Amino acid sequence: MTQYYGVVTELIKSRELENDELRPLYMDFQATTPMDPRVLDAMLPYQVNYYGNPHSRTHAYGWESESAMEKARKQVADLIAADPREIVFTSGATESNNMSIKLLEGTIRQDTSLVSVMTVNNEIGVRQPVEDIGRICRSRNVFFHTDAAQAVGKIPINVSDWKVDLMSISGHKIYGPKGVGALYVRRRPRVRMEPLQNGGGQERGLRSGTVPTPLAVGLGAACDIAQQELEYDHSRVSMLANRLVRKIMSEIPDVVMNGDPEQRYPGCINLSFAYVEGESLLMALKDVALSSGSACTSASLEPSYVLRAIGTDEDLAHSSIRFGIGRFSTEAEVDYTADKCIQQVKRLREMSPLWEMVQEGIDLKSIKWTQH
Amino acid sequence: MAGLVAAKKCITPLVVIKRLSSPEYKAQAAYHKKVVDHYENPRNVGSLDKTSKNVGTGLVGAPACGDVMKLQIEVDDHGKIVDARFKTFGCGSAIASSSLVTEWVKGKSIDEALTIQNTDIAKELCLPPVKLHCSMLAEDAIKAALHDYRLKQKDGKIEEVKASN
Repeated sequence: MTQYYGVVTELIKSRELENDELRPLYMDFQATTPMDPRVLDAMLPYQVNYYGNPHSRTHAYGWESESAMEKARKQVADLIAADPREIVFTSGATESNNMSIKLLEGTIRQDTSLVSVMTVNNEIGVRQPVEDIGRICRSRNVFFHTDAAQAVGKIPINVSDWKVDLMSISGHKIYGPKGVGALYVRRRPRVRMEPLQNGGGQERGLRSGTVPTPLAVGLGAACDIAQQELEYDHSRVSMLANRLVRKIMSEIPDVVMNGDPEQRYPGCINLSFAYVEGESLLMALKDVALSSGSACTSASLEPSYVLRAIGTDEDLAHSSIRFGIGRFSTEAEVDYTADKCIQQVKRLREMSPLWEMVQEGIDLKSIKWTQH
Repeated sequence: MAGLVAAKKCITPLVVIKRLSSPEYKAQAAYHKKVVDHYENPRNVGSLDKTSKNVGTGLVGAPACGDVMKLQIEVDDHGKIVDARFKTFGCGSAIASSSLVTEWVKGKSIDEALTIQNTDIAKELCLPPVKLHCSMLAEDAIKAALHDYRLKQKDGKIEEVKASN
């Protein structure tokens, strides 16, 4: 088991700095995650000491950098039960997704197509039945790609059992650095690909460009730590999620959890608070960093397409909030968030004409509303 | 004191650069302070007796759009608005727009209240372009309330509140 230890971990363990300012609690782990201090410790030597280009073949700087890169590649592969030769480093899951779609254009057989499904959804936390999809795709000779950005390091993944051909991995969703990701490309049966970017032929010609060793090392360390701590993190996040949901639902009525209650990753909780609009609730909870599926908070005025796709009523889609719980969330944060949420929902319902009408016994669906 | 329990202290490694004063954080605050003020200290939240002859009620918007405003005015025998109340299902800007309108109509006559424009509301609250529809809905709400009051006076009997298409 690799031990990660260095200046960053030491500092965070030992003391806090002067000049610290109060900032909101972070409950938005699906948007991004802080780097685990151990990951930063793993990366720092490669920024200032072992700074060679991993593709330099002629001197020790290159050799030590390449060695670190290959070690990181193995760490990523181990997390998803793949072979290291099947991992390509990219700039993130978005690039990996684009590379996978380009495969479709690069193929010559007429009957080939590509199925692409998210493993765990980032808005509602629902986990798709990837094993079944993989089995069906394999039996029909169709490539199967999955964007596992929200799943890697959080649930056990086995690309062979799942019969996945391509998988996108994101660094900054698993307490790793931003700006790096990976694409898993199956070797047997071989998945032939056209590169998105051409150049010096790095990463077996699939993705040219110098592999950024510090970032790759960071991704590797994040995957390694995730593998070691997966079970513990999962049970802890489940416990905190249950605590949050049970507390909220026991205190206020008319709260709906969006998405399947069983097939889900517990750390992503999407709740709709009826008769209260999502953005106003976010404003009320201004000392907690959250996000909402409400139209007001997206740049367009459209509510979340995910909620619409699962058939959520439009007014409930406008009332949704996503709570993200992660490795560094604490009971105190969850309790504070739940208490504040309960208090503010009650206050906003007092200000809501819909709540008033419901209390008077009016059926909201029977009203003819003005359109604007 | 609750703030101390809630917020997390931010830690940066000593070896990395000295902490910046994070000017971006202050600048990015998405709401104008006037909107926040109306939200945190809302004026005139509540309801008037909608069956009363002196009360006009306007109900505009739709839950499916994420914006519903209910605005009520109480008018005295001289045609002057003496009280106003609102309830809103909507974002912070919508709440602020309707709260502001209830402040503005108090003390005005019915005809003066009809002159309130959504552009005035938007300017007062410094609403960004994406939130202009909130001020438009607030203008609709006050017009609907005044219309309802007029109908009540004309018919001389109590009418139910209904939103027209």
